[in-house]
Amino acid sequence: MKIKIQRDKSIEEFEVSPSMTLLAALYEIKEDQDASLTFMAGCRASVCGTCAVRVNGKEELACAYKIKGDELVEPLQYHPVLRDLRVDKNRAKETLVKTTAWLHESKEATLTHNDEKLTEKQTDCILCDSCYSACPVYAVNPDFLGPFALTRAYRYTTDKREGDAKAIIDNIQTNGVWDCTLCGECTAVCPKGIDPKMDITMLRGTSLQFGHSDPNFATQSFGTPDFGFDPNGGF
Amino acid sequence: MIDVLIIGSGGAGLTAALAAKEAGASVLVVGKSYPTNSQTSMAQGGMNAALGNAGEDHIALHVQDTIKSAHGLCDEDMVRQMCADAPKTIEWLESIGVPFSRLDNDKAGVETVAQRQMGGASAKRACYAQDYTGLKILHTLYDTCLKEKIDFLDEHYFLNLIVKDGIAKGATFLDIRTGEVKQINAKSIIIATGGYASLYHGFTTNAYGSTGDGVAAVLRAGGAVSDMEFIQFHPTALKHSSILISESARGEGGHLLNSEGERFVDELKPRDEVARAIFKELSEDKEVFLDVRHLGEDKLMELLPQEVALCKLHEHIDPAKELIPIKPVAHYSMGGIDVDYALEVTGIKGCFAVGECSNAKVHGANRLGGNSLLEITAFGRFAGENAYKHSIYASTKPDEGRQLQKDRAHIKNIYTQKASVNFYTQREQLGKLFYEKVGIIRENSQLSKALDEVIAMQVLSNKIGIQDKSATNNTNLIDFLEFSNALLLAPTIISAAIARDESRGAHYKVDFKEENEDFRKHIVLQWKRES
Repeated sequence: MKIKIQRDKSIEEFEVSPSMTLLAALYEIKEDQDASLTFMAGCRASVCGTCAVRVNGKEELACAYKIKGDELVEPLQYHPVLRDLRVDKNRAKETLVKTTAWLHESKEATLTHNDEKLTEKQTDCILCDSCYSACPVYAVNPDFLGPFALTRAYRYTTDKREGDAKAIIDNIQTNGVWDCTLCGECTAVCPKGIDPKMDITMLRGTSLQFGHSDPNFATQSFGTPDFGFDPNGGF
Repeated sequence: MIDVLIIGSGGAGLTAALAAKEAGASVLVVGKSYPTNSQTSMAQGGMNAALGNAGEDHIALHVQDTIKSAHGLCDEDMVRQMCADAPKTIEWLESIGVPFSRLDNDKAGVETVAQRQMGGASAKRACYAQDYTGLKILHTLYDTCLKEKIDFLDEHYFLNLIVKDGIAKGATFLDIRTGEVKQINAKSIIIATGGYASLYHGFTTNAYGSTGDGVAAVLRAGGAVSDMEFIQFHPTALKHSSILISESARGEGGHLLNSEGERFVDELKPRDEVARAIFKELSEDKEVFLDVRHLGEDKLMELLPQEVALCKLHEHIDPAKELIPIKPVAHYSMGGIDVDYALEVTGIKGCFAVGECSNAKVHGANRLGGNSLLEITAFGRFAGENAYKHSIYASTKPDEGRQLQKDRAHIKNIYTQKASVNFYTQREQLGKLFYEKVGIIRENSQLSKALDEVIAMQVLSNKIGIQDKSATNNTNLIDFLEFSNALLLAPTIISAAIARDESRGAHYKVDFKEENEDFRKHIVLQWKRES
């Protein structure tokens, strides 16, 4: 079985054993064919978030992708490539700092099974950076806070133990919730089934509650107040 | 100079960092990957604390269960401290926002944390977050570290401790990205580098990188290691990939069958006993399967969705219709860096060790499920506080850099060494050798043979080296350094296993099937200092 790998200078083709995971194939190549092939890996069980790459243009965890033959494997997008499939994830991680996705003011709360369910999915996040790589906003705005950081922001604003949700909401107005195009690419690639698009939509609602507004809407020029119809319906 | 240098960025390292910072220390956390990539993420079941949220429980019972599981080989004072610290550690985790699973009991705070039964526990004691307890604790710790502005140095591989006159002065690291060897000076050091179960390469649930880097570094620096022979094997890993199939598969009613379709062991016995029973079948050339077919597809998808997906992906079978081929594999190292009551490394002042890399003597001969997450958080805080205290009075005179020169020369030497033997093949050989001869069922003749083979491999080590000569981002080099550490630790495990002529917990010898009171002690190993 053949797979193609985007390396530093060119795309190279390798012959690997059939019906294995992509990660097992990468190890096979490194151990037996080319020790210089460079990639990232960890637990092999889809929980450490280390081995995300792009397969035929879609983000996948190498350890959870079964090869079928003739795939093109590439490094994640919008991450500086260090070597072959190995990327620098520090810049992406900085979005968590800018978002201030943590518990700001801890308070004791009555919590139930239902409260647990509110953020169960969001806290399954393994920080694999797949959503970051899939997000088209980065093509135009490298400072966008991005899907995983915003999902994490949502997780803390929803936590009943958070005594100052507004602090987080205030920090995600610039390059944040309003910059998302709601295209849903992040949701489509998440290996944990998380839906950042929905989380961002929810955060927009909370932002409005805290007195923020959609800057895109506010800066749109309508020329005159004439909307072409009477929004008050004649009253 | 940094007050507290923390090596390793898993749950233990992050907890220690937060505690040291809170106490007033300047802190730097250095890791070979990124903080959330660590093994802590793989812990599923839970974290023990006698909260009594789901029925009566007491700290004394938790202590009792832990001592019983340790088969007399723990330090009861350390166990008492860990178990007594457990409720307040949960309270701390609750305060930073860990999303625990909850009970519906109209209460508030930690009293709402759900608790479940785990093997060897006399009460529902394990606090959990669905099946992602380790992952969710780890990520919350990381978020909190960002909040507290903890400094991180990612992708730096720990080479050696810098020790002068028995006192830790810093450590050397290989910057994986640039290939540069660096020295970091510190007043106190905490090693939190994880276990060494991936010596059993190909026969372990651990990531490839669990090669005991910190344990090996302590040995090289003149410190002591202990209880190295005690390695916990998990009964049910997938046959071909060694991917863990959670204990809950048996808890929910899964059966173990051999090739004849017979059940041969009570599936709910402790891990070491079930693992031995399976290993026995395998060594008689039978296959062993986990059978969950009778649970039905609907129930499987509801109870064990992750397990079903892993079986399909790695074994190409559908557990609702087919048997799951399994084998027991190395899962956790109980032994490690020998530490005292303050978690300070025996033989190296100002250097502390915590988590799976350390032997704080709380797990003894067999770790109780749910106690590892407890150890990394409860003792992680303790290590952070103690390291800070040491830093207050530590000398600020930096080391002159002899170790740095030595390590630079060593790395340079690796680049020039001709590699006529592929070390990846050796890595596989070592794993197989350990699984077969230093594994679940041991005997002295086999252990001696294993020691001979390991020594032969060490002799051969001047023929192994790296093929990739790139100066930067060289993971071939990192794999090689990891393998070198595994190879360095291998004889300590074998010789301790040879010395222990008895069976106790995870250490089982066919020639000596009973516990022997004379061996109710720790085997401590230290390299002789050249005079």
